[in-house]
Amino acid sequence: MIPLTYYLVLSAILFTMGALGVLIRRNALVIFMSVELMLNAANLAFVAFARQYNAFSGQLFVFFVMTVAAAEVAVGLALIVAIFRVKHNIDVDQMSSLKG
Amino acid sequence: MDFTLLLFFLLAATAVATALGLLLSRNAVYAALFLVLNFATVAVFYLLLGAPFVAMTQVTVYAGAIMVLFLFVIMLLGAEKLPKGEALPWQRPLAIGAAVILFAEAVYLLVQRVRLTAALPDPGTWENSMESLRQMAGMLFTDYLLPFEVTSLLLLVAMIGAIVLTKGERAVRS
Amino acid sequence: MTPSDLLSILPLLVLVVWACALLLVDLWLKRKGVTAFLAALGLALTAGLALAQAGEETTAFGGMVALDGFASFLNVLFPLSGLLGIAVAYGYLKRMNIERGEYYSLLLFSTAGMMLMAHAADLVVVFLALEFLSLPLYVLAAFARPRLDSEEAGLKYFLLGAFASAFVIYGIALIYGATGTTSLSGIVAAIEAGSLGTSGLLLTIGAALFLVGFGFKVAAVPFHMWTPDVYHGAPTPVTAFMAVGAKAAGFAALLRVFVTAFPALDADLTPVVWVLAALTMFVGNVVAIAQTNIKRMLAYSSIAHAGYILMAFVAFGNPATRADAVASALFYLVTYALTSYGAWAAVIALEKQDPSAGSGQAASGLEINDFAGLGRRRPALAAAMTVFMLSLTGMPPTLGLVGKFYLFRTVIEAGQVWLAVIGVLTSLISAYYYLRVVVVMYMREGAPETTREPWLDFTWAVSALATVILSFLPMALFAWASAAGVMGF
Repeated sequence: MIPLTYYLVLSAILFTMGALGVLIRRNALVIFMSVELMLNAANLAFVAFARQYNAFSGQLFVFFVMTVAAAEVAVGLALIVAIFRVKHNIDVDQMSSLKG
Repeated sequence: MDFTLLLFFLLAATAVATALGLLLSRNAVYAALFLVLNFATVAVFYLLLGAPFVAMTQVTVYAGAIMVLFLFVIMLLGAEKLPKGEALPWQRPLAIGAAVILFAEAVYLLVQRVRLTAALPDPGTWENSMESLRQMAGMLFTDYLLPFEVTSLLLLVAMIGAIVLTKGERAVRS
Repeated sequence: MTPSDLLSILPLLVLVVWACALLLVDLWLKRKGVTAFLAALGLALTAGLALAQAGEETTAFGGMVALDGFASFLNVLFPLSGLLGIAVAYGYLKRMNIERGEYYSLLLFSTAGMMLMAHAADLVVVFLALEFLSLPLYVLAAFARPRLDSEEAGLKYFLLGAFASAFVIYGIALIYGATGTTSLSGIVAAIEAGSLGTSGLLLTIGAALFLVGFGFKVAAVPFHMWTPDVYHGAPTPVTAFMAVGAKAAGFAALLRVFVTAFPALDADLTPVVWVLAALTMFVGNVVAIAQTNIKRMLAYSSIAHAGYILMAFVAFGNPATRADAVASALFYLVTYALTSYGAWAAVIALEKQDPSAGSGQAASGLEINDFAGLGRRRPALAAAMTVFMLSLTGMPPTLGLVGKFYLFRTVIEAGQVWLAVIGVLTSLISAYYYLRVVVVMYMREGAPETTREPWLDFTWAVSALATVILSFLPMALFAWASAAGVMGF
């Protein structure tokens, strides 16, 4: 018997850590992985709520999130590979050809 | 303290620790492996919540396919070593401060104001049976038919995109 | 699924099938001009079908999508903006040596995603449409590869876009947690039933996170950091399409979700939106003054215009002004789309590959000073650009003035006089940098090299004419937008 709040707090922790990762890391791969952590936190919240309502709609949403994550990974990693081929570096802050 | 609660805290500690590992590690391969472990832990939560099929998908698709792709790219690029002192000097404390405040607010709101104290019922045998899976599949192909078809288009677009972005340079110079 | 389900999203279906077919046909086409023509034909057909749907009201696929005035209005706007996206791109892609057939299919897919967004009546569809329109845009932003600035623009847009989607998903998760459903009508029903109790707060936080996610998409301050870099680095036709289409789609989602599902959260969210709108107008316009590059200037201008449209949201919770708010936001979107496409077309006419730098290097001709002498060299183009700058400022005799007028009137009717004052003041600030372009074109000596391409010339000429002519007869357009302001389920 685990209260719903426990799951939500855990999911909030994971989401915050993922957002933190996006903000403090500069390597595009690590930033991207942090985004995956955020999606994962959202999925956990979905499944917990689905359990509370005893409904499948929350679980189905998780499938869609996973599919989208897979599609995003394909495009994102292709972009990273394409950039790495040209300049052998994927630090977001060193992208000097575009000034912040 | 009963067994599931103990299990929950053990797994929650693992999940947070692995997320920390992702945030702090200086090696992209370690970061990816921490994330795999995190995904696996969350998969166990899905089992506890009576969502066995989501748990399996989490392991095969997320921790499996997606993270293997990440590792593959890291190895391919030889990009595993990350330089030290990554963040701008003022950026890190600022971001951590903001995150701590945000998180404290979230917990306060959840625990004090929203008060979702209702304990989640443990999944019965029904949730972990084929019948629940059958019902879910039925929903996917009736109520959720349109979103399902859209995801197929999404994957097609992602495929085209990946090909456009990485195919040989020949097409560029004519 | 019944035939009537399919019929209600027929324009979208035609576009998707067309895009898939185009992908295949393109393999056998040597001349990419034919691909471009076929893509344009598909978009025109889609727009025609959407126009024929006007006035219909129904829901389909078990309440997943809605066909109403709002959807059919936007479903005409999106294919038309795609058409202009092809018109400005055709010559540019050839000139920059990046002519690939996939450009057109990806553009069609992105347009289809935007149309799905206009239809969405369930948060699942909102989320999938968001991804469906964004994924092709990430690729298109990096389309000028191996030009590094384009690739980096693609990566930045991608990382920020994925970050924003994560906020949207978490927001949806909390909304689902509070109401037990993701369908907009279900959310309304749950709120009206008053059974939320303490989890009403959960709903508010979810809506706020949703707002943050889409704030990134429409480039509202403080979620705008990516905009200048991405707009600058991406190939200019893609930038134009992104500035118009992606922004309009982001606002379509915000309007649909907030107006139909969240009027009850008015008291909590209105101050937040108020601050967002004020900040966005202020920062966008003030930072634009400092820009010397025309693409970056137009990027900040697009941020500022997001702020003006956000003003309409402040009125969303007030039942008396709700329909007006949607109508004036839609009207302003059309205004901005026409004007900004024209301005980007003028930028494309001046852009050229830098001959000194090797191939695959950045383009030149993009500084504001490069417009010097345009008034003498290309009087028509300079006159058109003047119209666009006046319209973006909101001066007569242009559509921009009418759009701002309707917007400010709605905001004042909703009782937010101070926000309207901020809007007017920031418009005055914006006059400085918009008119600077006009001054440079006519007062400075220079010999700008420009490109003459039939479709590009067509784009800026038509946009300029429409911007002026429609300003004299805005009622027809506004009546149509008002019909779209009523969302039915």
